[in-house]
Amino acid sequence: MGIETPNGFSLDNSGKRVVVDPVTRIEGHLRVEVNVDKDNVIRNAVSTGTMWRGIEVILRGRDPRDAWAFTQRICGVCTGTHALTSVRAVENALGITIPENANSIRNIMQLTLQVHDHLVHFYHLHALDWVDVVSALSADPKATSTLAQSISDWPLSSPGYFKDLQIRLKKFVESGQLGPFKNAYWGHPAYKLPPEANLMAVAHYLEALDFQKEIVKIHTIYGGKNPHPNWLVGGVPCAINVDGTGAVGAINMERLNEVNSIIDRSIEFVEKVYLPDLAAIASFYKDWLYGGGLSGKSVMSYGDIPEHANDYSAKNLLLPRGVILNGNLSEVLPIDHGDPEQIQEFVTHSWYKYPDETKGLHPWDGVTEPNYKLGPAAKGTPTNIQELDENAKYSWIKSPRWRGNAVEVGPLARYIIGYAQGNPEFKEPTERLLKTLDVPVTALFSTLGRTAARALECQWAAHKLKHFQDKLIATIKAGDSSTANVDKWKPEAWPKDAKGYGFTEAPRGALAHWIKVKDGKIDNYQCVVPTTWNGSPRDPKGNIGAFEAALMDTPLADPQKPLEILRTLHSFDPCLACSTHVMSEDGQEMTKIDVR
Amino acid sequence: MAAIETFYDVIRRQGVTRRSFTKFCSLTAASLGMGSTAAATMARALETNPRVPVIWMHGLECTCCSESFIRSAHPLVKDVVLSMISLDYDDTIMAAAGHQAEEILAETKEKYKGKYILAVEGNPPLNEGGMFCIDGGKPFVEKLKWMAADASAIIAWGSCASWGCVQAAKPNPTQATPIDKVILDKPIIKVPGCPPIAEVMTGVITFITTFGRLPELDRQGRPKMFYSQRIHDKCYRRGHFDAGQFVEEWDDENARKGYCLYKMGCKGPTTYNACSTVRWNGGVSFPIQSGHGCIGCSEEGFWDKGPFYERLTNIKRFGIEHNADEIGLTAAGVVGAGVAAHAAVTAIKRIATKPSDTDRKA
Repeated sequence: MGIETPNGFSLDNSGKRVVVDPVTRIEGHLRVEVNVDKDNVIRNAVSTGTMWRGIEVILRGRDPRDAWAFTQRICGVCTGTHALTSVRAVENALGITIPENANSIRNIMQLTLQVHDHLVHFYHLHALDWVDVVSALSADPKATSTLAQSISDWPLSSPGYFKDLQIRLKKFVESGQLGPFKNAYWGHPAYKLPPEANLMAVAHYLEALDFQKEIVKIHTIYGGKNPHPNWLVGGVPCAINVDGTGAVGAINMERLNEVNSIIDRSIEFVEKVYLPDLAAIASFYKDWLYGGGLSGKSVMSYGDIPEHANDYSAKNLLLPRGVILNGNLSEVLPIDHGDPEQIQEFVTHSWYKYPDETKGLHPWDGVTEPNYKLGPAAKGTPTNIQELDENAKYSWIKSPRWRGNAVEVGPLARYIIGYAQGNPEFKEPTERLLKTLDVPVTALFSTLGRTAARALECQWAAHKLKHFQDKLIATIKAGDSSTANVDKWKPEAWPKDAKGYGFTEAPRGALAHWIKVKDGKIDNYQCVVPTTWNGSPRDPKGNIGAFEAALMDTPLADPQKPLEILRTLHSFDPCLACSTHVMSEDGQEMTKIDVR
Repeated sequence: MAAIETFYDVIRRQGVTRRSFTKFCSLTAASLGMGSTAAATMARALETNPRVPVIWMHGLECTCCSESFIRSAHPLVKDVVLSMISLDYDDTIMAAAGHQAEEILAETKEKYKGKYILAVEGNPPLNEGGMFCIDGGKPFVEKLKWMAADASAIIAWGSCASWGCVQAAKPNPTQATPIDKVILDKPIIKVPGCPPIAEVMTGVITFITTFGRLPELDRQGRPKMFYSQRIHDKCYRRGHFDAGQFVEEWDDENARKGYCLYKMGCKGPTTYNACSTVRWNGGVSFPIQSGHGCIGCSEEGFWDKGPFYERLTNIKRFGIEHNADEIGLTAAGVVGAGVAAHAAVTAIKRIATKPSDTDRKA
C-alpha cells in the first residue's frame, strides 16, 4: 500500500523485503530494511540503530569538568569532537572564557579530525562501494601509470610501482585468504571503473592507510594521544614555552615544526591523491545520481571553527550556520539551541517511552526511558528479528526535528548552506568540481554529491589547519603564550544552578550537547548528534529521516547483493555509537527494565 | 590450486634472507628455553602454516580500539592485514555486509575450528535480553559466545572488553559486561586502555603469530611485556616528582617548565600501561608529555574512581614505599604528608588491588 510522507516521499512496502544487517564499514551497529518493487527499485526504506549505551545517564552527578572524557568515548572515530562540544557546553553554562591560543589549538584539533576522518572515510569505509578490488588484478600497470600521471603529479605513479602492488595483491588473492576483502560484491554490475582506475584506487587505499596515522600526530602533540586526546575546561592542557627553561616539556619550536610539517604533508596528500581520485572516480559514476534524499529539501548546519575565541555567532564561524527548508536556497534560517520550539526529539518510532508521544521534547527537558518492543507486523521474535514493523517502534535512535522538519546534516549540508549564502570558500570549489565533471548544480543532491562535498571539505580543513597554526605562532610571537583560563576552575566560583549548550560541526554533521549543572555536579546532560539527525526513524507526522529518504527510488541491480544500499548509506559516514546516546530524567529506571 | 602464503613467504618477500630466518628461529627457540631441534620444528611450522584467521567483533564500544590499531607504525597495519594475519571478519573495515558477512563467521567456525583468534572490541550488554546491542537481528552476546566456542584464543581489546569501560560506569544502565564474565572457558588476553596503544595492539597480535604462543600474562590477564609497570615508574617527569616540583595550576610557570602533574590529578602512579615508554602514535608524545595528567584509562573501573582532577591522596588503598626494600601500605593521610614532604618520597607503592576473579593464567 502506498503512503505519501509530509516531506514528499511515496512509500510502498508491498514488494519484496531486503534486509542488510549488519551494515559494515561504519561505526557501530546499523540495520536497514527496504522493499523493492518488481523492477528491484526501492519503494520503502527502514533504518534502525541497533545499539544503546546510555552515557548521559552515567554522567549525572559527576564533575562537569570530567564530562569531556566521558562524552569523548561516545565515539572513537570522530574522536575529540564530543570532547570539544562538551567543554563548550560546560563553559557556556558556567560563563568561562578561553584564551585566543586555546581557541586556535582547539580549532587545529577539530580540523585535524576533519581531515583525518574524511580521508579514512573515503578510502577505507566508502571506496569499496565504487572500487572493485578484484578487477584491479587485470589492470595494465603501464596504463595505470599513465592514468595516474594524467590526473596528478603525485610521485608514486610509475609502472613499476603499480606492477609491484599488483603482484602483492595477486599473491594475497591467490593465498585463498582474502581477509577483509572476503565475500564482497566483486564483479557486481554497479561497479563502473576500468581495471586501471581500480588498481590506482587500491594503491591509494593502502597509501592512505599509511598516511592517516601521520595526520593524527597533531592530536598527539597538543593532546597527548590519539584516539581520545586530552581536553580542558577553560582552555587546552598543553602549555606553551618556546624557548625558556623547561621548553622541552611544553609546546616548543620542535613541536610547532612537527605540526607544520604534518599540515604541509596533509595538504599535499589531499590535493594530489584524494581530490584527483574523487574526480576520477566520480567521472565514471556521474550518471548514477541516486541517493539525494533530503539534501535537495532540508539541510542544517550549526556552524563551527570560530575565528576568534569565545564568539559562537554565525559571523565569527568559518563553517556555515543555518537551516534550509523545502529546497528554498534563497533563505537560510537562523538556529537557536536554547529555543525550546526549535530542536526537539520524538520517540513515536523509537524504543523509548514519553508521557505524550505525539509531542517532541527539547534536549534540556529530555526524557529517555527504554521501551523495547516490536510492532505487530514484525517477523521473528524480540531476540531474533527477521523483519521490523516500521509502523511501530523500530530503532534505538530518536527522531530529532528542527521546527518539526527532518533535516540532513553533514559535509553536503554545510556546502549547500555555504553555497546558498554565496560564501566563496564553499561556492567556488563546488562550482569548479561541477564544471570539471560537467554536471549541473542539482547533481550535488545525490550520494555522489555527499561524497564530493566531503572531499572538498577535507581540502578546506587542511588549509584552515595552516591558518590557525600560523595564527597560533603569530600570537606567541606577539608575546601571548597563555593556553588556559583558571579563574573559574574551582567549583566554588560556579553558580548554584546553571545551564548551557555547546555545539560543533563534527565530520558527520551538526553536533550539540546540552547541560544542566546543580551544586557543582551534572544534573542533566543531553547529546543530539549527527547520526541521530541522519539515521532517525519516522516521526509522529510520518516524515522519514535522511538515511531512509536517500535510499528511496534507487534501483538495485541484484537485491541479493545490495551494493547500492551500502554506497548510499556510507555516503553519510554513519556513526551509530554516537547516534544512540540519550538519557533519562530518571536514569535508575532503566536498570529495572524486564529482561525478555 | 590457490597458493597459501605462509609466514616464511611473507618475511622472504619482505626481504628477509633464508639465513636470518634460520637465525631468527634458533634465537626464538633459545629464548623460549627450547633446544636446537625446536628451532627446526619452529622453522618448519612458520614455513608451512597459513596466516592465522582473526575474527574481530564489536559489541558496545566507540571503535577507538580499531582506530588505534590502524595507527600502528611498526608494523604497519597494512602489513599486518595483508601479510601477518588473515582478518577475515571485522565489521569496521570489511567489504562484505549483511548475510555475506554473517556467512564468514559460520565458515570460519567450521573450517578453522580451534585455530582462529577471536578479537573482541566492546562488550555485551545483558539487560533487555541483550538487545541493547543487536547484531544480525540477535543479541550481540549470543554471537560472541557462539564465536568464542571454537576460538583458539581470545583477545579483549581495550577497556570495554577487559573491564566494561564507560558504558559500565555507574549506574551501568545496559548492564554492559566484560567479556571474561560471559566467556568462561577460554584463555582471554586483556589489552586494556581507552584505547590501547597501537603498537601494543599489533605487538600482542604479532607476538602470537611470531612465537606461536600467548604472551606471558599477569594475574589480571594482561601481557606482562606492556602492563607490568606503572606509567609513573618510567615517566620522564618523575625527576620533578622526586624533587617536589609540581604544576599547581593549569598553564602556570611550572606547567610551562614541564613539572610533575601529580597535583593536577595525574593517575600515572596507579596506572599500569606502556604510555611513558612506548608512547603514542609512533612515539610522538603521551598524555603527561602534552600537559594533561594520566586519567588511568587502562585500569579497571577508572571512570568511577573519582574526578580526574582530584589528586590521588584522596584515593583509598594508596600507599608508598620509603625505599625499595621496605614494603608496607601507608594510610592515605600519611601519603598526603609524605608528598608535602616530597623529598623523602622516592617511589610509590603498588596499590593493593583487590583479588579478582579475572586472575587467570592463559
